[in-house]
Amino acid sequence: MAAANITVSETPLVLYTLRRADDALILGHRLSEWCGHAPMLEEDMALANMGLDLLGQARELYTYAAKVEGRGNDEDKFAYLRDVRQYRNLLLLEQPNGDFARTMVRQFFYAAFADLYWRAMMRSTDATLAAIAAKSEKESAYHVRHSSEWIVRLGDGTEESHRRAQGAIDELWAFTGEMFEVDDSERGLIDAGIAIDPATLRPQWLKAVSDVVHEATLVLPDNKWMQQGGRSGRHSEHLGHLLSELQSMQRTFPGATW
Amino acid sequence: MVTAIHSDSDLRRRAWEAAAQVVDPEIPVLTIADLGVLREVEVHDGRVEVAITPTYSGCPAMNMIALEIELALERAGMPRPTVRTVLSPAWTTDWMSDDGRNKLREYGIAPPQASRSRRALFGEQQVACPQCGSQNTELLSEFGSTSCKALWRCKACREPFDYFKCH
Repeated sequence: MAAANITVSETPLVLYTLRRADDALILGHRLSEWCGHAPMLEEDMALANMGLDLLGQARELYTYAAKVEGRGNDEDKFAYLRDVRQYRNLLLLEQPNGDFARTMVRQFFYAAFADLYWRAMMRSTDATLAAIAAKSEKESAYHVRHSSEWIVRLGDGTEESHRRAQGAIDELWAFTGEMFEVDDSERGLIDAGIAIDPATLRPQWLKAVSDVVHEATLVLPDNKWMQQGGRSGRHSEHLGHLLSELQSMQRTFPGATW
Repeated sequence: MVTAIHSDSDLRRRAWEAAAQVVDPEIPVLTIADLGVLREVEVHDGRVEVAITPTYSGCPAMNMIALEIELALERAGMPRPTVRTVLSPAWTTDWMSDDGRNKLREYGIAPPQASRSRRALFGEQQVACPQCGSQNTELLSEFGSTSCKALWRCKACREPFDYFKCH
């Protein structure tokens, strides 16, 4: 019999921590899909390494969420035994890898945000979140540098790489607004100094992203309309497919270990 | 009472010595004491509890290290030890001992540079070749064979080498 979904009591701090953990797990899983398929060996290692960093961040965050929740859940149950509607990650991060340009644009948009976000979160009044932030910001710094270099190389490369990079920017742009959204649940944590307000990072993010995109001879779209829903469990159809692969072993053989 | 306190501190010292011998499974010349991963050894009711801190978030060696510590303590005659993970303050390569840096270099891995500031990550880096000592080196890939290493090449002796990244 397939394993049932767990129930999660989403107090503000549990929900906050799960959102960041889900971001890291889902993007990390997407990057792991490149393993053995990247255009060259160094890039295969780079994508797997970035995925590993994110998986590590996810584990620390899930473990902390489990501790805060205190209801017997753990990192594995959060990852393997929640369904699509229980996942709280950004829509951007569940978008399919597409071609290499699309993967890099997704990575770049997110890493440029995560770099600023985790650095700011080092000031959190929550000692565990501040410690996770201190580690994550160093890793994010590598991710943003690596993806920035690729944006420039692709945009200012051949006609074909330029076309693909611009196409990826145009397609993914509407998913970037969600990174800066704050709901009531999170507002309380921000007021308490536990979380930081991501909206305050938006001008810096936009400048960092614009500078690289400009250097790459690419352009950011004009459209202001932004897609959202991931933070409250309303996902694109892609997440279900991702989870069916990620969770298949634990759903089929509950509790399996090796 | 006095005897109990003394025996606790003696047990703690012996436990530290045993745990400090555990090596990083991916870089076996470095002990967890060299790395700065071993943070604390406590004794509660005659049982040893060791605190370690993770290096890179996704480093798979941490599970192995925790297991090796338990085995080392059991072998040293300390039954049912426990290992807990502390996240704060976050580990940095600055905690690596000088002895550890020398051992890394001799092993063929360029040791991490002292990170004066976080943005040193973004500056031009000068990494000396661990084989010939030349400063005439270049970065091949920021991501190497493990999460803690980058891949470099020496332009003097033409040998590729690993560089333990600043963190």
